[in-house]
Amino acid sequence: MRRLEPAAIGGVMSREVANFRTYWRGTTFSSVLEPIVYLLAFGLGLSATLVDEVNGVPYIQFVGTGMVATAVIFSSALPAMFGTFVKHRFQNTYDAILAAPVDVEELVSAEMLWIGIRSGTYGCIPLLVTIGFGLDPAPGMLLVPLFCFVTALGFAGFGVAMAATVAKIDQFNYVTALCITPLFLVAGTFFPIEGLPEGVQVVAQLNPLHQLVELVRGGAFGFEAVDLARFAFLLGFALLTWRIAVRRMYARLID
Amino acid sequence: MAAIELRGVVKRFGPITAVDGLDLDVPEGICLGLLGPNGAGKSTTMRLLTGQAIADAGELRVLGHELPGDAKAARAEMGVVPQLDNLDIDVTVEDNLAVFARLYRVRDVGAAVDRALDLARLRGRRRDAVDQLSGGMRRRLLLARGLVHDPKLILLDEPTVGLDPQIRTELWSLIDNLRSRGTTILMSTHYIEEAERLADEVAVMSAGKIISRGRPVELIAEHAGRQTAEVYGPPDRLAQVRATAEAHGLTVRPAGPAIAIVGSERADNGAFPDDAVLRAASLEDVFVMLTGEEAE
Repeated sequence: MRRLEPAAIGGVMSREVANFRTYWRGTTFSSVLEPIVYLLAFGLGLSATLVDEVNGVPYIQFVGTGMVATAVIFSSALPAMFGTFVKHRFQNTYDAILAAPVDVEELVSAEMLWIGIRSGTYGCIPLLVTIGFGLDPAPGMLLVPLFCFVTALGFAGFGVAMAATVAKIDQFNYVTALCITPLFLVAGTFFPIEGLPEGVQVVAQLNPLHQLVELVRGGAFGFEAVDLARFAFLLGFALLTWRIAVRRMYARLID
Repeated sequence: MAAIELRGVVKRFGPITAVDGLDLDVPEGICLGLLGPNGAGKSTTMRLLTGQAIADAGELRVLGHELPGDAKAARAEMGVVPQLDNLDIDVTVEDNLAVFARLYRVRDVGAAVDRALDLARLRGRRRDAVDQLSGGMRRRLLLARGLVHDPKLILLDEPTVGLDPQIRTELWSLIDNLRSRGTTILMSTHYIEEAERLADEVAVMSAGKIISRGRPVELIAEHAGRQTAEVYGPPDRLAQVRATAEAHGLTVRPAGPAIAIVGSERADNGAFPDDAVLRAASLEDVFVMLTGEEAE
């Protein structure tokens, strides 16, 4: 049988969809409420007192567009880490799937694709909320779901690889504290990274989340030529974590 | 053609050799019981057959497919019922079945789901979430999920482990139905009664190898004779009875609170006491004598 069969990948994704139908209300509720709360807090707090504009953009719109990346990382890396770990170690779901004509590569690809689609969709919510707070719609915004999808693929691969690496579920605390939180904070969501020390700025350029923030702002306020390189970087990130995730899960799942 | 052919299969986990030069043929259309104590290598053998474990040495062929290279094609034609319940508990009964029908590339998913629901006798519960089902219903669903694509070969890994007797009997009748329809079944178990009731042939596994194989009656005749005498009493007395019986050339094994004198039909006068309880020799006698472990 061939590698990466659509029927196998679709079958695994249909399992995710069946499960998602049981919990989508809660996920959707928090995904909508969270950016509203953030924007209200920043709008009423920060922008009224400390910051008015960043690079000519009203601060609330600056944060709102940046929050797309926040939504993406929290709806991709975390579900990939915890979901994969729970399905693998606690629910033995993968044992059942791999007893069917599905291989590890198809299983991991399907999990990543599903998270990519879901996160690509949920990533748009902060943008829509920000439009509600006065951001003007722009044609470039139509590309935002694609940017979110590709970034989410990368973080899903990262999460799956982590789930295959840690020995116990509480070791995710290290991953969150050492990786997720710094990535989230130095993405340029709440403040422009140009204000950071030069060394940190260089590191921030390697942060996929920062590239996503810049692409979303490009979609909202106008693209630049460098945005093509940013998108290529995100594609490379997704490709790299995909291969690592497949390899690490294979080592975990096949004796 | 044999449904399963294993030659000299070896599987090691670090210093432990779980499967140690295993030869096993399962002809089409029979139910073979793989009987062995915990740690004999039964579950590892099952994982080797689905390609979820890769053998260190030996040849494996399942339904004509070479493993591990063609494991995916082999899996498409077999059904696996795991030892542990790994159903999606928040999802409905019918969605659990539909997902696996899709994974097995079944063309008419709806018809396959209906068939599986009938088999598990769960048609009335199709829209209920799995966590609303009783333990017995969940087990029937787990079995039906492994059969949703009407496989030629079924692997049952300890199908009734940890279940209460009523549910166990219920599952046995389901498995017996499959057997009578001619589906090839490989069933691992450490319950003697399960093997005795369901298996056409039994292979006794110990330390990663098959140490004996045959129809249950043949194995009993060969290894345990016709009759077993059980003696109950305090330990001192049992030790004495045992010594006497062994002095008369008889085989004695522990049997919980008693001792069992195997092949007692061949005993001389005085080889065992008059208050011994005589019964027909059983597969349990064979199992304990061959593996040295007390049976469940």
